[in-house]
Amino acid sequence: MDLLTELAIFVLAAFVGFSVISKVPNTLHTPLMSGTNAIHGIVLLGGLLVIGEAAGGLNKVILVIAIAFGTINIVGGFLVTDRMLEMFKKKPTPPKRDEDAS
Amino acid sequence: MISASFSFQDPDVIRGAYVVAFILFILGLIRLRHPATARNGNLLAAIGMALAVVATLLDRRVGDFGLIALGIVIGTAIGVPAARSVKMTAMPQMVALFNGVGGGAVALIAWAEFRRAGGDLPSDVEIPSLFAAVIGSVSFWGSNIAFAKLQEILPGRPIMLPAQKLLNLGLLTAAVVGCVVLAAGSTSQAIFIGVLVVAAVLGNMFVLPIGGADMPVVISLLNAFTGLSAAATGIALDNTALIVAGTLVGASGSILTNLMAEAMNRSIPSIFAGGFGGGGAVAGAAGQAQLEGRPVRSTTAADAAIQLAYARLVVVVPGYGMAVAQAQHAVRELAKELERRGVEVKYAIHPVAGRMPGHMNVLLAEADVPYDQLKEMDDINPDFPRTDVALVIGANDVTNPAARHQTDSPIYGMPILDVDKSASVIVLKRSMNPGFAGIENELYHEPKTAMLFGDAKASVQEITGELQAL
Repeated sequence: MDLLTELAIFVLAAFVGFSVISKVPNTLHTPLMSGTNAIHGIVLLGGLLVIGEAAGGLNKVILVIAIAFGTINIVGGFLVTDRMLEMFKKKPTPPKRDEDAS
Repeated sequence: MISASFSFQDPDVIRGAYVVAFILFILGLIRLRHPATARNGNLLAAIGMALAVVATLLDRRVGDFGLIALGIVIGTAIGVPAARSVKMTAMPQMVALFNGVGGGAVALIAWAEFRRAGGDLPSDVEIPSLFAAVIGSVSFWGSNIAFAKLQEILPGRPIMLPAQKLLNLGLLTAAVVGCVVLAAGSTSQAIFIGVLVVAAVLGNMFVLPIGGADMPVVISLLNAFTGLSAAATGIALDNTALIVAGTLVGASGSILTNLMAEAMNRSIPSIFAGGFGGGGAVAGAAGQAQLEGRPVRSTTAADAAIQLAYARLVVVVPGYGMAVAQAQHAVRELAKELERRGVEVKYAIHPVAGRMPGHMNVLLAEADVPYDQLKEMDDINPDFPRTDVALVIGANDVTNPAARHQTDSPIYGMPILDVDKSASVIVLKRSMNPGFAGIENELYHEPKTAMLFGDAKASVQEITGELQAL
C-alpha cells in the first residue's frame, strides 16, 4: 500500500476518533480511557506478522515478549473496562423524589 | 500450517475481516458514550479485536505458532489475574501499566524489525518504525513511572533535577539526531539501541517532575502516544488494522487529555513544565500564613449524626480519601439510613474527584448508589445554597474556596464544588495534612465547618450507628 493511501486512512480515522469521543460524558471517562487503552493492544498484530520472518534467538525472544505485552494490553484492558462498566448496569431505582421540594 | 485452496488466507478476506473489526471498534466507542450501553460497547470492541487477531493469524506470512502461543499464554496468564484482582481504587495505576506494556510492545517490534532487516529498511518503513520505537519507549517508561507514583512506590511529589528542561531537550535532540542518522542510511544497531535507551531515559525524566495530582492527564497523554505509535507501526508494516485502531486511540486520548486538563484548569504545557501537585507551598505562601492562626473546629460522630438527621438536604462530597478507605459501601448505608428518615441525599461529583475523571462514579456505582443521585459539578453547585449539611468525605482540593479568590494559589481558577455555600459543612478526614496538591484548604477554617477526624470508613459507620440509636 502506498504511503499516501496510508496517510489518508490515518487522517480519516483521526477525525472519526475525535468526533466519536468528544461526546462522551465525564462519568464514563475512566472506562473510556481504559477501553481505548485496550484497543491500542492491536499492536499485538504487529508481533504476529513479524515473528515468522524473524531469525535468531534474540529476535524471537524480543518478539515473544512483544506478543506477551500486546496480549496483556488487550486482555487486561478489556477485562478491567468490563469490570468498571459492570457497575453501571441498570438497577431498580427508587421512584424519583421531587427535585424542587424546597 | 495447512494450506487451503480458496480460502480464508486470501489477503482480501483478511482485509475484509479488518474492515468488520473497524466497524466494531467504532460502534463500540459510540456505545461507550452512554452508561446503559457502555458495557455492550466494550464487548463489541473486544469482539472486533478478537476478529482482527484471528484474521491476522490466517495471514500466510505468520509463522512460528508455537512461540506465538507461548507469548499469548504468558500475556494471558499475567493480564487476566491482574485485571480480575485489581481494586477499583487502584484502577488508574492499572490502566497506566496496561498502557505501558502496549508501548513496550511497539518499541520491541520496531527493534526486531530493525534487526531482521540488518538495519537496511526502505525509508517509508524505517521512518515510521523509528517514530514508533521512540514514542513506544517513552510511553513504556513514562507509564511505569506514573504507575510507581500512583502506587506510592515513588513519592507523588515532583522530582526535579537541576536543569531538568535543558536535560529533556538534550535527550529529545539526541533521540532525533540518532533517528536522522539511521534514516539517512546508517545500519548501526548500536545507534538504534542508543535511540531506544535515550527515549527510555526521556520517558522517565518527562514524568518524574510531574506531581501526582496531574498523573491522570499524563496517563491519558501516554495512552494517546501509544495509540499513535501503534499507528506508526501499522504504516511501517502496511497493516490497516494497526493504522485505524492506533489512530482512533491517538485521537480519543488527545481529546480526553484536553478534557481532564480543562477540568483541573491546567494547561497542558504547564503540566509538562512540571512542579505542580506537591509544591504550592511557595506559591500560596501568603494565603497559607493567614490560615495558620485560625482555629479548626472538630466534632464527634454523635453530633454529626444529629446534624444530619434533622437536615432536609444532605450533599455527600466524596473524594479520593473515601476511595482509599473503601468507605463507599458504608457511605451508601449512611445515605439509606438518612433517606429512611426523609432526608434527601445527593452526591456531588467533581470531574476529577478521585484520580481520574469518572473514577468516583465507578466507586459509588459499585456500592449500588442509584445513578440519578450522582450529580455532576454544574448540576449540584446551584443546590449548595439550599443544602443543610455538606458531608465532605476525603475530598480536599476540589472544595477549596481559595480556587475562587486567592490569585496566588496554585489551584486558582480550578472549578470547585461550592461546598462553602451550604449552611454547614462536616469534613471527614484522617488528619489536617494537606491534599494531593499540597495546599491548605481554607474551607476547614470556616466557622461553619466541623472536622471529624479518623478513618473515613470507621467515621461513617460510627455516624450511621449513632443515627440508628437516635
